[in-house]
Amino acid sequence: MTDMTDATRVTAAATRPALSGRVKAALTLFVLFALMPPLASALNDPFYVLIGTRILAYAIAALALDLILGFGAMVSFGHAAYLGLGTYAVAILSGFGINDLLVQILAATAMSAVFAAVTGAISLRTRGVYFIMITLAFGQMAFFFFISLSAYGGDDGVALASRSTLLGMEVLKTDFGLYYTTLVMLIGLFFLCHRITKSRFGRVLTGIRENPTRMEAIGFAPFRYQLTAFVISGCITAMAGVVLANQAQFVSPAFMSWHKSGELIVMVVLGGPGTLAGPIAGAVAALLLEEWLGALSEHWKLFFGLFLVLMVLFSPNGITGLLKKLGFGEKQK
Amino acid sequence: MTNLFVLQLLNGVQLGVLLFLISAGLTLVFGIMDVINLAHGVLYMVGAYLIATFAAATGSFWWGLLLTLPAAVVVGLVIEAVVMRRLYARSHLDQVLATFGLVMMANEAVKMIWGTSPLSVPMPEILSGSVPLMGPLKYPVYRIAIIVAGLAVALGLFVMVNYTRVGMLLRAGASNRDTVSALGVDINRLFAIVFTLGATLACLAGALVAPILSVDTGMGESVLILTFVVVVIGGIGSIKGAFLGALLVAVVDTVGGVFGPILLRSVLDPSAAGQAGRVLAPMLVYILMAVILFARPAGLFGKTA
Repeated sequence: MTDMTDATRVTAAATRPALSGRVKAALTLFVLFALMPPLASALNDPFYVLIGTRILAYAIAALALDLILGFGAMVSFGHAAYLGLGTYAVAILSGFGINDLLVQILAATAMSAVFAAVTGAISLRTRGVYFIMITLAFGQMAFFFFISLSAYGGDDGVALASRSTLLGMEVLKTDFGLYYTTLVMLIGLFFLCHRITKSRFGRVLTGIRENPTRMEAIGFAPFRYQLTAFVISGCITAMAGVVLANQAQFVSPAFMSWHKSGELIVMVVLGGPGTLAGPIAGAVAALLLEEWLGALSEHWKLFFGLFLVLMVLFSPNGITGLLKKLGFGEKQK
Repeated sequence: MTNLFVLQLLNGVQLGVLLFLISAGLTLVFGIMDVINLAHGVLYMVGAYLIATFAAATGSFWWGLLLTLPAAVVVGLVIEAVVMRRLYARSHLDQVLATFGLVMMANEAVKMIWGTSPLSVPMPEILSGSVPLMGPLKYPVYRIAIIVAGLAVALGLFVMVNYTRVGMLLRAGASNRDTVSALGVDINRLFAIVFTLGATLACLAGALVAPILSVDTGMGESVLILTFVVVVIGGIGSIKGAFLGALLVAVVDTVGGVFGPILLRSVLDPSAAGQAGRVLAPMLVYILMAVILFARPAGLFGKTA
């Protein structure tokens, strides 16, 4: 890990005076997020706070996926497995009477790190279509593992008796408390990911995305960097899972289904891969679209699917491309 | 014990033959067109729903099958012309998104048209019942028929790929698309043929399996992932790999599911073995995939990248 100390030095040297546009965009989003709950209670609809927590949790997961998909060009189709590992960390620990959020996050991260290291090491031996299919298959492996784990309800899942505590305090008991705790996590993780992408490590990762052969020629082994990023991404996704378990107070393999992995990719692409702030907005857009279509028709998936197909067919560079065409967004090199 | 083993082995081969029918199309689409198609499992599901509808309308499984095949060709051609054709030149990420959208649309459309309750397809009279195999062991005729039909299609594919002009173009396309195109072959027509062939085979698999399964909206999904495992193990673009991979995956899945717990019982105490067996059995296929990929990242018959 000598790389990391080098990395901090490089970033410190390269500190820029002004905030970049992406950080500004993210800060705007965070302010809007912070204003949402008072607005919801003014509108006398506190249910929105719970939906909001779900959106924030998925924003964390989308942020994590962007770290490898956007910056490393690794299209992982198995990221729902980490969401699920996070939720099951909560369920398993509560079986032992441990309900503290920090312990849960630690356990979720540890489980995910091991799973990501093993499956990542195998998946990264391949690339392209193979990588997509193999991560999908490993995701399904985790899904079937928890379906057959009868101690935790198998297919039906298990309900959680109470929400987690934070250092023994019942901060998360109210929906407001959970919402703001999640928001703090999202903000912290955003700046962590931002630092990672600006560090030496992040630059090497982006370099590998652009041209792995050249990076290897100048002395960087792509595998080590990609695997490290893959593990970090899995761990952050698991934290989103811990929040989701608290939000739903229910844990089931449904969090691990490959449809969830697909939805995470949709969020990242919708917001613009490789931008960090974009996927957060993408998570908001995708989930609001789902809620809206769901309210319009019970067959909302038909329209959501149609939306995806049309988006790809008629906007060659995704939503970001569409926005760029309309004159929004930053120019990429 | 031997009887149980033979029975499970036959079940494994039957599943393997079906998996091969689905994987053959998928591996060609991957190998020749370099397109990832998540909607391939949907075609298998559509095949089953089509035969359920046609068999109910005509009152006969055979008429149903006869009508399903041309309908499958139409479905394949339409999907190719409307969606897939526009994806060939796009990134894998775009292909994933668009075909993921297709999966959502198709699952929902099937629910709207046929409802959520599973359908069943009557077994043809002549193939019902079972035949004695060895000793007291009997095996359903219909499953044997599936194995025979699947092997016949595999043979037909083998002959087509190795001894016909289209097959020659397929093999050439799988090894070097650009050169084939540069030599004056209409690559778009070749792609349409490949996709429609794959779609028809997947529909055929769905139609064949319909009488022994309940036809429901989830059936395409579990098969899709298994098919991916088959294609990855066999090597992308290799029909031979798909055939061996399909049999390997299916036999490991069925035989391992039954004999894994029995083997575990000899080393663990029964309750622990039961628990461990239940958890491990569905993961066996993926562990197999991991082991093979660890040794050969491009699959058994894949081109080394």
